[in-house]
Amino acid sequence: MHLMYFTEQPMSTYPAQAGLDFGATALMFSNKHFDPVSGSELYNQYIEQYLLAEEVGIDGIMLNEHHNAPFCMQAKANVFAAILAGMTERVKIVMLGNPLPLAENPVRLAEELAMIDMISKGRLVSGFVRGGGQEQLAAGVNPAYNRERFEEAHDLVVQAWTREGPFRFEGEHYQHRVVNPWAVPLQKPYPRVWVPGVISKETIVWAASKRYPYIALNTSIEQTKGIWKLYDEVAAEAGYEAGPENRGYLIQVHVSDSEEKAVENARQFRWMQGEFTGLAHPVWSTPSGYGSPSNRRAFVEFAAGRRDNPRGQTTFEQQMEDLRIIAGTPDTVVPKLRRILEETRPGILALWGNDGTVSQADSLTCIRLIGEEVFPAIRDIAKELDLKSPFEANAPVGIGYDENGAMAGAAG
Amino acid sequence: MPSDWVEVEKVVATTRVKVRRKGEGPPLVVLHHDFGTPPDLPFYDLLAQSFDVVVPEHPGFGESERPVWMRSVRDLAALYRALLNELEVERPILVGLGFGGWVAAEMATMGAGDVERLVLVGSMGIRPNEGFILDQALVGYMDYAQAAFEDPARFDAVYGAQPSNDQLELWDICREMCFRIAWKPYMYSVSLPFLLSSLPVRTLLVWGREDKIVPVSTAAQFEEALPDATLSVIDNCGHAVDMEQPEALGGLIRNFCTG
Repeated sequence: MHLMYFTEQPMSTYPAQAGLDFGATALMFSNKHFDPVSGSELYNQYIEQYLLAEEVGIDGIMLNEHHNAPFCMQAKANVFAAILAGMTERVKIVMLGNPLPLAENPVRLAEELAMIDMISKGRLVSGFVRGGGQEQLAAGVNPAYNRERFEEAHDLVVQAWTREGPFRFEGEHYQHRVVNPWAVPLQKPYPRVWVPGVISKETIVWAASKRYPYIALNTSIEQTKGIWKLYDEVAAEAGYEAGPENRGYLIQVHVSDSEEKAVENARQFRWMQGEFTGLAHPVWSTPSGYGSPSNRRAFVEFAAGRRDNPRGQTTFEQQMEDLRIIAGTPDTVVPKLRRILEETRPGILALWGNDGTVSQADSLTCIRLIGEEVFPAIRDIAKELDLKSPFEANAPVGIGYDENGAMAGAAG
Repeated sequence: MPSDWVEVEKVVATTRVKVRRKGEGPPLVVLHHDFGTPPDLPFYDLLAQSFDVVVPEHPGFGESERPVWMRSVRDLAALYRALLNELEVERPILVGLGFGGWVAAEMATMGAGDVERLVLVGSMGIRPNEGFILDQALVGYMDYAQAAFEDPARFDAVYGAQPSNDQLELWDICREMCFRIAWKPYMYSVSLPFLLSSLPVRTLLVWGREDKIVPVSTAAQFEEALPDATLSVIDNCGHAVDMEQPEALGGLIRNFCTG
C-alpha cells in the first residue's frame, strides 16, 4: 500500500463574500482579491505541512495544479515538486498531475520532470491529467482537441524520456524539429505514470490500455467499483490482469484529536460552496468539445439550468454518509477507511487532509495523526487484504514493459 | 423545412455537406452564423423571390458530418469553393452572416473573378480596433444566441422563449466546431485585411447598429480594407440582421445586386 497526503493548497484568505457577490469563484473571479502577502505565508505553510508529512512516515506527497481560482494555489505543480525534490529525503513526489494539453512544448515538461527525478534521486511519480475545462480557457488552449493533445503530448514526453536523441517528432498537434533533451529521468525505463480522474470513461480506458494506475478522485464506493470493472475489462483485452497495484483512490479525510473538531474542520471540504473547484458557469468547467460526446446532452441541459450537475452534487451530510468525506479521531476514521479498502481494494491511497480555512495548527495535527496513527493501522489492513502498491508489486511501468523495465519480449 | 426547398447532399473534400436550394434568378449563396441556422428563415424565402438561393449547412455545425481534418476558416472557404463547383453554381453573390461573412470574405480572396458580389453582414474575420468579438466560450448557449438580437422578442419569435434541449445541443455542436477551426486567434484572421485590400469585388457591408457580437466600428475597418465597399448600418438592430430585420436586409441586397 502506498499512502499519500494531499491538499489543494487553498488560497484561504480570499474574501468569500466577494465571490458570492460576483456569483463565481473561478476563471473570471478577479485576482484583485489575491493577496500576495497571505499568499507568501500560505505557500510556506504548505511546505511546512509537506515536511511534516515526510517526518511522520507518510509515503508520498500528492501535488496538482489549477489556474484562476482560490480553491488551489498551485499554478505550476512542478515548482512544488522541485522544492520537495530538494527539501525532502524519502517521500515520493507524486504529480497528479501535470495537465498535458496545456503544454505548448511537452519536451520542456519532459525536461522539468527529468530534472525533478534526478534531483530527488528517483522519487518522482509523474501523473498526467487533461486539466479541467476552466484550465483550457485560462491557458487559451483549445478544449476541442484536449484529449488528442493529452495523448499526443504523453507520447512525446515518454519518447523524450526513453528514445536516444536527437529525433524529430511530427504529430497532429505537436511538431518538434530536434528532440534531444540534455536532462533524462534517473528512473528507468521512465518514472511511473499514474492517471487521476473523475468521470470520463475515455480516461479510464486510456489508463488501463497503457497499464497506468488510475486514481479515482473522491468517487463514491459504487462509482469506484464501476471504474474498476471497466478498467479490469480493458486490462484483460490488453493482455494483463489488473489488481490493487493498478488502483488508486483519493478521499477527503480530516483527522483530529476530537470528533467534534474533526467534523467542524471537515465542513471546510465544502468551503467552495460545495463545488470543490468553486462556483463557475457550467460552460467554463465543460467547454464545448472538452467532455465525452456521450455526456453532451446532460451538460448542455445542466448549463441551461435544466438538470443537476452530471458530475454530481450532494450535501455534506450525504457525503459523510457515503464515506466520500470522513472525519474523526484515528479510532473512528480507520474502520471507515477499512470498509473502503475492503470494498474497492486500492493499492494506492491518498488522504486529502485539509482544506479551506482549517488552521495551520489543526492541519499539522491532522498530518501527524495520519502519519503516526491512521497509516500504521492502514498498512496492517492492507497486508491482511493483500493490497500491494505498484512499488511492492514491482508492477511494470507501463504496457509493453516487464517488471525489470525491459521491453516485454525483448531478448537479453 | 417548407416543401418547396430542395435539399441535396454533396461530398466534397471527403465531407458530406447538406445544401438547401430554392428560387430562380442569379445564384446567391448564404453562409450562416456561427450558432447555426434554423432551416426555414423568412429571410431565405424572401431572397428566393429574386435569386437562386443556395444555403449550405457548415459541415460540422448542426446535424451534418464533422470534418475532423478541418483546422481553419480558410479550409472551410476552400471546401465551399469546391462545393459550388460541384453544384455548378457560377459567379454567385456571396452573402455572409456574422461568422459566415468571414467565410465569404475568405472565399472571395481565393478567386475574386468567381464572385459576382459580396455581402458581409456583421462580419467576423477582422480584429476589431475597438472592443472585441464576443467570446462565446465564456457565456451560455442561449446567452450567446440572445446576444445576437437587439430585441429579445425577435429571438423568441425565431427560437422560442425557451429553446428546446435539441436546440441547446445543436448550439453546443456548433460551438465545438467553431473552436476546432477558429479558436485562436478567436474569430479573425490577421492576414485577411491585407488580402481584402486588392479584392476587385463590389461589396455591401451591413451592420446592426446595436451589434453586441462584432462591434459596429469593425464595419469601418472592412470599408477601409476593401477597394469597393458600401456600408449600410441598420438602426434598432443587433448582430443577427437576417433574423431581426429580414425585409430591410433583403431589400438592401436586392438593390445592391440589381443596381
